[in-house]
Amino acid sequence: MTDQIPRLELEGISKAYPGVIANENVSLKIMPGEIHALLGENGAGKSTLVKFIYGVQTADSGSFKWEGQEFAVANPSMARKLGIGMVFQHFSLFDALSVEENIAIGISPELAGDNLSQQIRDVSRQYGLPLDPDRFVHTLSVGERQRIEVVRCLLQNPKLLIMDEPTSVLTPQEVAELFKTLRRLSEEGVSILYISHKLQEIKDLCHVATIMRMGRVVDSCIPSEESPLSMAEMMMGVNLVSPEKPEKSAHGDPHLVVKNLSLQSDHQHGVDLKNINLEVCKGEVVGIAGIAGNGQIEVMEILTGEVLVEDPNSVLIGEICVGCEGPKFRRNAGLGFVPEERLGHGAVPEMSLWENAFLSGFQTMRLVSRGFIDVQKSIKYALSIVSKFNVKTPGIKHAANSLSGGNLQKFIFGREILQNPEVIVALQPTWGVDAGSAAFIRQSLMDLAAKGAAVLVISQDLHELFEVSDRIAVIYEGTVSSPRPAEDITVEEIGLLMAGISSEVELGLTADA
Amino acid sequence: MLRLELRGEMSQPMVYLSPIFAVILTFIAGIVMFTFLGVDPVKAIITFFITPLNSLDGLAELFVKATPLVLIAVGLSFGFQANIWNIGAEGQLTIGALAGGGVALLFFNVDTPFLMPAMLVSGVLGGMAWAAIPAILKTKCGTNEILTSLMLTYVGLLVLSYLIHGPWKDPDGQNFPESRLFHDAAIIPIILDETRLHLGWIIALFGVAVAWVIMTRHMIGFQIRVIGLAPMAARFAGFKEKHIIWMTLMISGGAAGLAGTIEVSGPVGQIIPVISPGYGFTAIIVAFLGRLHPVGCLFAGLLMALTYLGGDNAQIEMNLPNAVTGVFQGMLLFFLLACDVLVRYRFRIGRLTKVADGANL
Repeated sequence: MTDQIPRLELEGISKAYPGVIANENVSLKIMPGEIHALLGENGAGKSTLVKFIYGVQTADSGSFKWEGQEFAVANPSMARKLGIGMVFQHFSLFDALSVEENIAIGISPELAGDNLSQQIRDVSRQYGLPLDPDRFVHTLSVGERQRIEVVRCLLQNPKLLIMDEPTSVLTPQEVAELFKTLRRLSEEGVSILYISHKLQEIKDLCHVATIMRMGRVVDSCIPSEESPLSMAEMMMGVNLVSPEKPEKSAHGDPHLVVKNLSLQSDHQHGVDLKNINLEVCKGEVVGIAGIAGNGQIEVMEILTGEVLVEDPNSVLIGEICVGCEGPKFRRNAGLGFVPEERLGHGAVPEMSLWENAFLSGFQTMRLVSRGFIDVQKSIKYALSIVSKFNVKTPGIKHAANSLSGGNLQKFIFGREILQNPEVIVALQPTWGVDAGSAAFIRQSLMDLAAKGAAVLVISQDLHELFEVSDRIAVIYEGTVSSPRPAEDITVEEIGLLMAGISSEVELGLTADA
Repeated sequence: MLRLELRGEMSQPMVYLSPIFAVILTFIAGIVMFTFLGVDPVKAIITFFITPLNSLDGLAELFVKATPLVLIAVGLSFGFQANIWNIGAEGQLTIGALAGGGVALLFFNVDTPFLMPAMLVSGVLGGMAWAAIPAILKTKCGTNEILTSLMLTYVGLLVLSYLIHGPWKDPDGQNFPESRLFHDAAIIPIILDETRLHLGWIIALFGVAVAWVIMTRHMIGFQIRVIGLAPMAARFAGFKEKHIIWMTLMISGGAAGLAGTIEVSGPVGQIIPVISPGYGFTAIIVAFLGRLHPVGCLFAGLLMALTYLGGDNAQIEMNLPNAVTGVFQGMLLFFLLACDVLVRYRFRIGRLTKVADGANL
């Protein structure tokens, strides 16, 4: 393979945004038929580089060689003409149109002829991507929607396929299917640029990996010869310590209880919750796994009190029925919560850190006197969060949006934890957070449970859930399976539950046997 | 080539410089406009902006005119910060004037020091009542407060018209559509002899101070700022949107009603068909020109008051149409919005800047 001309060769790519250097002197070489991983933490500059390759963005300097020839890719349609296809992390599909119509919109007019439907069937059969061109998109699962995007690219006979975090929305079984397709494409000589955080997947799938950190290429490796841990260390440039589960005594009484909870969503794309029962005991961490959009946000809103239910008994904190009470009441009852969205939900982006500390702490930390803000006390509170939770910031008078994702998340967690909650609920606690901060946050959740709090973590990250949880449940289309001890449940079983295949069948079988 | 480039973060200096740029640009555009009108631009600008201020009487007049503008703008800025768009301050001013003036007429010729405070309270309540209608409609039915508050302005003006053409018409007024002249106890005290400067100006200054404290140090202000900047974060904190809708509409309606009562019991002294030359609408410009900050509203209110005085002066001395006032106010808002682009963007001269040249050489 060494004497082959690289399919794509980038040299010395640099791109600066105001105040940030997103890419600095980045070089990348992708050979025909190679599955090439682009690895890096959030903000390492992967997206910027990919946007440049696909012609969405220009670089400040550097050269782009396609099969040995120099090009300047001005826009995505030019990239497509060269033979570059891209499957984005967020799909751009129209729910109300059929599969065929959606594909027709995204491709060149010459391709979208009369026999498009036949072509879709051919391609989908050829690559093991079952897809019915006449189905409407709103009837499809997320995995099937992704197939539309993949088929759309394949119809244009790409020579380089870029996949941005393709598995973040898939069940383990769907991931396996996708990998089969990708391997097959690679055998046919299609190069694939695969962007992901998931190190195990990269080890399983990719031939070569380029590792980026802070806008620069810092390393490259052959993933099959590395372990996920060693790749993570290269990615972060530090040695990783996995969190320790503190030794703990037997769990206490149920402290957060959800009973027979059903709720019709009033959002158009919301998920209806059906008869949810859940208990989180003092001193334990319960994890809820599930693919995004299966009711996690709805459950979270009901637990925090941002959405109220009719029956006050359906949510209990200790002995207190809080189903009809808002967030202020619940905080006083000992609930702390961390929403998924940091900027705009968990914190006000334009406000200073001390004001954001005040935002959720004003009652429990007694930061208000006679209706007025006690500024000195609020500042002290914010300072203690910053020091105890290792938040890197130039100062607490700076706005929340000046912090990196990981630091802001540590601040938000610190703010909730320092209020000594008896119950804490976190949705996607380490989403988009650098690995160092993520480990810190997971550790502090486990420490909190060890001190006797009831902790509920709703997350898409299975590794995270196995790491922190004592029991794990799965949410699927608004129903929550009954939690099982983390030692007794396997990733495969969770995968089946996440895909909506009830394990009752299996349980029935074992009962018969 | 000149192009706009996104700034990394909002420029704080620009937040305060933008209104100053806007004023300068308005001056320049004004000079161009006067030149095209065939008027000596220097003389016109002097007549418009300088002459009104070179006497004690002129200065007093400036404060008199600024009083309602500042009061209303400060009230409105509470709502605007929370993204509650009360456009109907003119109507709330009118109903407030009727409520306050109504007390004066009800107790006509009753001489008591309690009358004035009663009128002011009644005026505030009147303005609040008128603002309560959009508040109810928004919280109960989800109607858009911009439309309801604006349309209620015209209803308010019709109520005024009905009252002074009917029940409240001065019996000795030769059938003019005006109320009786208020008696002395119902006239707001003058604080500077030989001028029309009245206690209302002090009330407006007091309002600015109170608003500043509430906005920066009180829970009410904090809730308003949070809901304006990040509505989801307000839900997270447990601040109820409905409370904030009510709170801001009551504050802005009450301030407009107070301004209305001060107008009828001060400079006007009776209820007449046109109580305000559009103070309620001009105050919207004042609020934005003042960056929704109470002290900013104070300065912006003075500037806007000057455009009213200048317009009058230019009409008298140079025979210019009164519409010049409106043109100046419009230009000021226009240039302000244009200059506000610089808060988030900056100008760059030349093509994309090269950061590093290397590999392609």
